[in-house]
Formats: sequence, structure tokens, C-alpha cells
Amino acid sequence: MVNKSVVKVLIGSMHELPEKLGKTVKVGGIDIAVFRLSNGKIRAIENRCPHKGGVLTEGLVSGDSVFCPMHDWKICLEDGKVQAPDTGCVQTYKTVVENGKVYLIIEE
Amino acid sequence: MEKKKLVLVGNGMAGVRAVEEILKVAPEKFEITIFGSEPHPNYNRILLSKVLQGDTEVKDITLNDWDWYETNNIRLYTDETVVKADPGRKVVVSDKGRIEPYDELILATGSVPFILPIPGADKEGVTAFRDLEDTDKMLQASKKYKKAAVIGGGVLGLEAARGLLNLGMEVSVIHISTFLMERQLDETAGKLLQKELEKQGMNFLLEKQTQAIIGNERVEGLIFSDGTVLEADLVVMAVGIRPNIKLAQESGLQVNRGIVVNDFLETSIPHIYSVGECAEHNGIPYGLVAPLYEQGKVLAKHICGVETAPYKGSVLSTQLKVSGVEVFSAGDFLEDKEKKALKIFDDYEGVYKKMVFRGNQIVGAVLFGDSQEGNRLFSLIKKQADISETAKVSLLQPVGQDTGDSLVAEMSSEETVCGCNGVSKGRIIESIQAEGCTTVDQIKACTSASRSCGGCKPLVADLLQHTLGADFDRSIQKEAICSCTSLSRDEVVEEIRSKGLTHVKEVMNVLGWVSEEGCSKCRPAINYYLGMVHPTRYEDERESRYVNERLHANIQKDGTYSVVPRMYGGVTNSNDLRKIADVVDKYEIPLVKVTGGQRIDLFGVKKEDLPKVWSDLDMPSGYAYGKSLRTVKTCVGEQFCRFGTQDSMGVGAALEKKFEGLQTPHKVKMAVSACPRSCAESGFKDIGFIGIDGGWEIYVGGNGGNHVRRGDLLYKVKTDEELMEITGAYLQYYRETASYLERTSAWVDRVGLPHIQSVLDDKEKRKELNVRMDEALSVYKDPWKEIINNNKTKNELFESLVRS
Ligand code: SRM
Ligand SMILES: Cc1cc2nc3c(=O)[nH]c(=O)nc-3n(C[C@H](O)[C@H](O)[C@H](O)COP(=O)(O)OP(=O)(O)OC[C@H]3O[C@@H](n4cnc5c(N)ncnc54)[C@H](O)[C@@H]3O)c2cc1C
Ligand code: SF4
Ligand code: FES
Repeated sequence: MVNKSVVKVLIGSMHELPEKLGKTVKVGGIDIAVFRLSNGKIRAIENRCPHKGGVLTEGLVSGDSVFCPMHDWKICLEDGKVQAPDTGCVQTYKTVVENGKVYLIIEE
Repeated sequence: MEKKKLVLVGNGMAGVRAVEEILKVAPEKFEITIFGSEPHPNYNRILLSKVLQGDTEVKDITLNDWDWYETNNIRLYTDETVVKADPGRKVVVSDKGRIEPYDELILATGSVPFILPIPGADKEGVTAFRDLEDTDKMLQASKKYKKAAVIGGGVLGLEAARGLLNLGMEVSVIHISTFLMERQLDETAGKLLQKELEKQGMNFLLEKQTQAIIGNERVEGLIFSDGTVLEADLVVMAVGIRPNIKLAQESGLQVNRGIVVNDFLETSIPHIYSVGECAEHNGIPYGLVAPLYEQGKVLAKHICGVETAPYKGSVLSTQLKVSGVEVFSAGDFLEDKEKKALKIFDDYEGVYKKMVFRGNQIVGAVLFGDSQEGNRLFSLIKKQADISETAKVSLLQPVGQDTGDSLVAEMSSEETVCGCNGVSKGRIIESIQAEGCTTVDQIKACTSASRSCGGCKPLVADLLQHTLGADFDRSIQKEAICSCTSLSRDEVVEEIRSKGLTHVKEVMNVLGWVSEEGCSKCRPAINYYLGMVHPTRYEDERESRYVNERLHANIQKDGTYSVVPRMYGGVTNSNDLRKIADVVDKYEIPLVKVTGGQRIDLFGVKKEDLPKVWSDLDMPSGYAYGKSLRTVKTCVGEQFCRFGTQDSMGVGAALEKKFEGLQTPHKVKMAVSACPRSCAESGFKDIGFIGIDGGWEIYVGGNGGNHVRRGDLLYKVKTDEELMEITGAYLQYYRETASYLERTSAWVDRVGLPHIQSVLDDKEKRKELNVRMDEALSVYKDPWKEIINNNKTKNELFESLVRS
């Protein structure tokens, strides 16, 4: 088994995350886009579109997808997959909410 | 496992399609390199005819854009010709000296146009019709010269001739035979075609052989073998093509007319394949895409080691892509001792139809004037279907009867709808039923049907109609606002009004959107329509705004923003300039630029600095990011200019103050010039004003962007008050009736200038429109100030999360 360290990072409170608007957080030099979906779930993905590096934080959020603001690629926030006909994938990160606090789970 | 190296020579339609097929069969098998002599990514050569005819733009004919190559990890060398293949060392060598090893090599070098070996063929102004460069040459020539001669009355020559007519040239077609398109048509059809094209303005010289091209540097005319002469300052040679076998020949491959290949597209040397117009299969080099695509499929499977049926040759069908003429031809279309023909000829309607039978087997057909049944007959011909005596006549629908639906209904599911790409009726129905396609474009994306020559589009639409039945409406078809709904813009707005809908989510729920929260197309559109219908009550939904309009700045490629403060009428002062200068220093703004809209743009501002920058500037937002009034350009006008007859700067500033922040379907730009010299470029703006002695001319629907359109004169008015009143009413009518993202230029084209004038002529209506305009304007607040003064919004929109 490979050694894996799991880090839990506090990134803020639920009330700091407006619904359907992305927020950026920097963790260890990586930009991560965090979203609160309309069903209340929190989703986090790498803040970099696989197409040409668009900032996904600013994308339009619909259901569990975000549309990249640069050229409108549609990216699934659950698995990071780009929707056809475009292709590609971004890194997703697990999140947990405890007592109104939002944490990122980063596996290294 | 190390990937095998696949090299393709020829970045054209057949070769790249073969690569697409290979990627489908085994996406990971090869490391792919493509060489192409042309400087472009793979484009649709077929549609060059449409580009020349003005129906299509160059940028719309790209089949695989640069991104496609990148996404599929294909190394592409354009503008680079392979000059040698060395089968011994298994490398190819390019004219730039590049040596590229291969494990498998595909030659898809296409054809070269045949240039008659006559004196003068190398003069300036003589061109073939094969690629984008040729097309461009013709487009350029048409701007300077008047007389064109096309040598060759086949499909290519006629399509070129039609294009040159559209470009305003006088066109003569020279043909060696007694009638046109003799390789696809019989004499009756050929003569009918000639008559029709003469009506369109083409001039024909038949049974003429060109002996020489005369002129100095540039062509001035043609001399024929009978001694006659024709003046011309552009000569297009469309006399045929020859498979491009130079490379193959020099590399020691067996060639005949084309590069000889077997049923699996293998050449005489192992690991070298050939596909496309350069390949000769069973004695035939093909010159249309359908057979080449069939070859590509077989080649792909074979080269990936997947079992495949051999390629056994193709039956051909031809359609002429000239608007206003329907011509179809397929298979063996000439009758003789063994083959009998069945013909229908209606001289009145100019319709001629012929089917050729060997016994009861249908082997060929020619249709003129009405080619609807073309694809269907073609399927029967390919199958060599056996047709009973009685059924024969009914195959050719009685002339004039509307077929449409019944035609697709009767097709069997394996019959081909898209000839170019070999897509069957069954495959299209599957894409509608199983993959949820509801528009012709979606079907194109799923199945490739209609992706090449586009001739089958009507049939695909018929099939949609037939399959979806009552759910399908051709008019909505085109206009559904996005794929989340089948409703058109007008229907959505009507429902918002009649049902009193007030929220984006409500609209989508009540109107049965297929995706719960819509998409990046419909959400901003609905948000606009709601604001337009309920100007004072609707609260803008920022989650449904595109980022620029949510953050009130233009996002840049690197995630920073640009800031453009208002500068009414392009006029500034030392105070504003000083503030701008200070802000640039304080926030280390990397670029300050004067825009094309007469104001100053600060580029590269960090997101978190935006509110502070706005606050320090203390100037209103210039809305450079908005679907809103952008700038009002002005010329200096009567205040200083010796020609000025009006106060253009004053009126410009007044217009900008009155309409700033107005929400419109797309951006709106204005310009005010104080005399007809129009130094503010009033002729190319959404609304342009030109001062004349004692009044103004108002121009509308101009555009200087993607599709340049000159503005139309809407009215002449005497006073500045009238100018404001007309502008208000006009803009409000645009706001109420245009689709979201429809620029005024497109809107004017769609609804028609006379219609708009008839609305504005009505004094009552004009007044009502202005009342509603004033209501919409009454809620405007400068967005930058609003954000600065509201900490909650400011945090929500501009603060990053700070981890503790
Ligand atoms: C800044 C400016 C270029 C400059 O450096 O001068 C500019 C910059 C952009 N233009 Fe433009 N246009 C600018 C003047 C123009 C002009 C010239 C004019 O207005 O006289 C035109 C042609 C005139 C016209 O619109 O009819 C023009 C036609 C376009 C178009 C094509 C519109 C069309 O209908 O075809 C787009 C694309 C769109 O809007 O969909 C566009 C879109 C853009 C965008 C917003 C692209 C985008 O979505 O990111 C650019 C933002 C750059 C940025 O990062 O901030 N820009 N753009 C000009 C700002 C003017 C201003 O002060 O507001
Ligand atoms: C105006 C026009 C209208 C047409 N209309 C129709 C139609 O309606 N229906 C239809 O079916 N067909 C039509 N055709 C024919 C169709 O376009 C061709 O059959 C098809 O493009 C052939 O594909 P290909 O890949 O074999 O050749 P091409 O598309 O010509 O591709 C060959 C490419 O290889 C490049 N090349 C050659 N040698 C080298 C080398 N040594 N190194 C690097 N690159 C090289 C060439 O520059 C070229 O780009 C039309 C053609 C034209 C010109
Ligand atoms: S023309 Fe306009 S949209 Fe295109 S790159 Fe320049 S600024 Fe950007
Ligand atoms: S960068 Fe995201 S779509 Fe282009």
C-alpha cells in the first residue's frame, strides 16, 4: 500500500458560500473553486479549465455542473468530467461540513 | 506498451476522416503525425463552392479546428509537404528537411487540378478551383475585374460560374461537349440545365476548344480552335482532376492513374496505405467524398487490426450545389440495348425524371427540377433493387405532388439519408429516439449526417418531423432558445407576460424545462426577458448572469479584469485623467489603452482590487462588459470643426447620459457625427446620427463586427428633441421584440425596416414606447457605486475564502 496522507483544511463557514456562486481558496499553492449548489451540497474542483485554463470559480452554475466563463465548456462538479462533445477532466476534492464549518479533504 | 507511429501525408478530407475513424476504433493505439501542404487545419473542400457563392464564410467550413488536433494529441505540420517516403528506413522526409519515422504510413494526397497544356496557361488571372487560395484569388479578382471565363461545364465549373455571377462578374462557360455535365446527365437534362442557368445570367459557349490564353502579364482573353475570341480578365480552369501520385511514384509504389490499392487500401509496399482521391481501387480513382469515407472506415479497422469487410467499390451519386437548380444523378444513367429507361417530362414546370432499369433492377437515375427522391432512388440503386412493373411508375412521384413526409416514411431503415457520410435513416432515428436529438444540428453532431455537402438537411428535418410527430415544429425547431426547451423566444416572453412569471426558476418549472436549472444560454436570456417585462419589480438574478455582468468588469484570459469608466461622448478632462493616472500607479495596473470606442481601458486589474479601483476612480461604470449601451462615439462637431453643422459632442453626451445602464438584448453602440463626412463612423453603429443643415439623419442596424452591415436611414428629424424621442422608441421596440443576444443589425434584417418604420410612424405607439422606456430607465443605479456601498454584496462577489 502506498503511503497517503489525508489533510483536512478548514476553508470557511457555510454562510460565506453564497448559493450558485463560486469562491476561490488557495491550498498549498493550488487554486480551488468551491461551490454551494442549490441542493445545499458543497463541491470543490481545481480552479482551472482543462481547455485553456479558464477560472471556473466565475462560471455559471447549473445543477451539478459549471459552465466555464471562457469558452463555455460544461464541467461536472461531481466527477470533474468535461461534457461531450468536449473532453477532459479536472481534479475534484472531497468536502465535509461540520457545525456549519466547511473543510476540504486533500489526499496527498 | 510503446505506441506505434502513424504518419498521414495529406491533411485533407479523406485522410483526416480516416484518422477520425482510427481514433474511434482504437484511440490509444497510435502516436499520430499529420503533414499538410496547405496552411490550414482540415476544412470542407466541398463547401468552397458555397463560400464563393457567398452563402458560407471561410471560418464556417473548418471541419477539424486546431484544438481538435491538440485534444487528440496529433502532431500537425501545416504548410509542409512530404517530398519522399523511404520504405526501407521507414521514414518520410519533408520539404523543410524534417525526417519523421513511421510504423504505418497513409498517403492521402488528394488530386491536382488538371491545367490545359496550352500557351498562356501560366498567366496571371488563370486559376484552378481546388483550395482556399484559389477561392480567395477569385474573390479578389471579382473586386477589380468584370469578365470571367470558366473552362469546363461540369459540376465544378458550373459551381464556380454561379459563384462568380454572385460576385457581380459577367460569366461565360466554355464547354467542349454538346451539352453540360455530360458525365452525369443525359442530353435532355443537360439542355434543361443550360436553359435554367442561362436564365440566371450565365453565357454558354458549347463545342468549343480553347487553344490559347492571350494577354500580357495578365490574361486578356481566350482563342478557340475555330478562330473565335472571347475577352476575359479571369479564367477558371475546371476541366478535371488527376490523382496526386507524385510522392508515391517517386517512392517506388505501384501507380497507375492513381496509387494502386487493394480491398484493404494497402499499396504495393507493406505498411503503406493510401486513401482518398489519390488512390485507385479496382481501376477507379474516386472523386467524391462518399466513397472516400467508406474507404476510410475499412482502412481504419484494418490498420487497427480489427476484422472488417473488404472495400468493394462504390456507386456514385452527384448533386449540383447551385441555388435555384435541382439536379441529381446516380449510377448508370444512360439507356441502351440492355437497359430501358422510364421517363417523366413536364416542360411546364421544368421537371424531368428518368430511371434506368436492367430488367427489373434499377441501376441509375437522373432528376432535374425536383430532386427530392434522389437519396431514396440512390439507396435502391446501390442495392440494385428489384422493382415490379407496377411499382416502377410510382417510384417517380407524380410531378407537383407534395411528397415530404410520405417520402421519409416509406424509406426502409437501412436506406441512406446522408450520402457523403453514409448515414442511414435507422441511425438518424436512433439518434432522435435514444440519444434525444431534437434539431438538425444535434443530429449532425451525433451522426455526421449533413456534415459535408449539406444537401440532405431537408431530409433530416423531414425525418425529425416524421419521428417526433406533433412535438416537432419546423419554426420552433430553428428558434428554440436552447436545448433545455422547445419553446421559442416569443413563446417564452408570452408565457412570462400571460402567466405573470417572476423568477428564472419559476419560468423553467412552469414551462417544463428539461434540465432543472437551465444552461449558460437560457438562464441569462430568461433573466433579461423577466427584467424587460417587469422593469421596476424584477430583481436581477446575478447567478444567471455571465461573469462580466455579474462582476461589472470584463474577465481576461488570465482571470484578471478590465475596467472602463464612462467618458461621455468620448470627452474627458484633466481631473478624470489625473484620477486614472493615480489609480494606475496605486494598483500597478499593467496596461492602459485607448479603446476603439473612444475611452480609456485599464487592463489586468486583480479581482479583489476592483471595488477599490472603482472607489478611487469615482467615475460611473462605462458598461464595457454589458448587454447595454456601450459608448456613444462623437466627432468634434460645430464647436471646433469648420464643417460641423450640429453639436455632436453635446448630443452624444446627452444620449449616453440618458440611456446608460439600459438593459438591452445585446450591446448597443451609437455614434454622432456633425456632418456627412461622418468622422465618428455613424454608418456602422446600432444607431448612428449624422448632422445635416437644419437637422439630423438617423441610421439604424449598422454593425462593424462579425458581419459588417451598413446602417439604414430610418428618419430625418429637425430637432434634438425629435432625435431623442425616435431613439427612445426605437430602442424600446428593440428591447421588447428582439431575442437575447440578437444585435440590432440582425434584428432589423429579421423584422424588416419598413415594419419598424410603420410602428414608429404611429405617434401613439411612439409615445407608449417612450413611456415604457422611461420606466425601464428609472431604476438605473450605477453598479460600481452600489457594490462599493454594500458590504454584503462586495464580500459575496469579490472576497476569496481565507483559510484559517
Ligand atoms: C476594448 C475593446 C478593444 C480595444 O482595445 O479597443 C473591445 C474589447 C472586446 N470586445 Fe469588442 N472591443 C472594443 C470595440 C469594439 C468595436 C469598435 C466600436 O465599438 O466602434 C467593435 C465593432 C463594432 C460593433 O460592435 O459593431 C467590436 C466588436 C466586438 C464583437 C462583435 C460584435 C458583433 O455584433 O459582431 C464582440 C463579440 C460579442 O460582443 O459577442 C466583441 C467583444 C469584445 C470583448 C468583450 C470580448 C470578450 O467577451 O471578452 C473584448 C473584451 C476585452 C477585454 O478583455 O476587456 N467586440 N468591439 C473595444 C472597447 C470599446 C469600448 O470602449 O467599449
Ligand atoms: C469546389 C469543390 C466542390 C466539391 N463538391 C463536392 C461535392 O459536392 N460532393 C463531393 O462528394 N465531393 C465534392 N468535391 C470533391 C471533394 O472535395 C474531394 O473528393 C475530397 O476533398 C477529396 O479528399 P482527399 O483527402 O482525397 O483530398 P484533399 O481534400 O484534396 O486533401 C489532400 C490534401 O493533401 C495535401 N497534400 C498533397 N500532397 C501532399 C504532400 N506531399 N505532403 C503534404 N500534404 C500534401 C493537399 O495540399 C491537400 O490539402 C468538391 C471539390 C471541390 C474542389
Ligand atoms: S478583436 Fe476584440 S474580441 Fe477579438 S481579440 Fe481583439 S479585443 Fe478581443
Ligand atoms: S478555458 Fe474553459 S472553456 Fe476554454
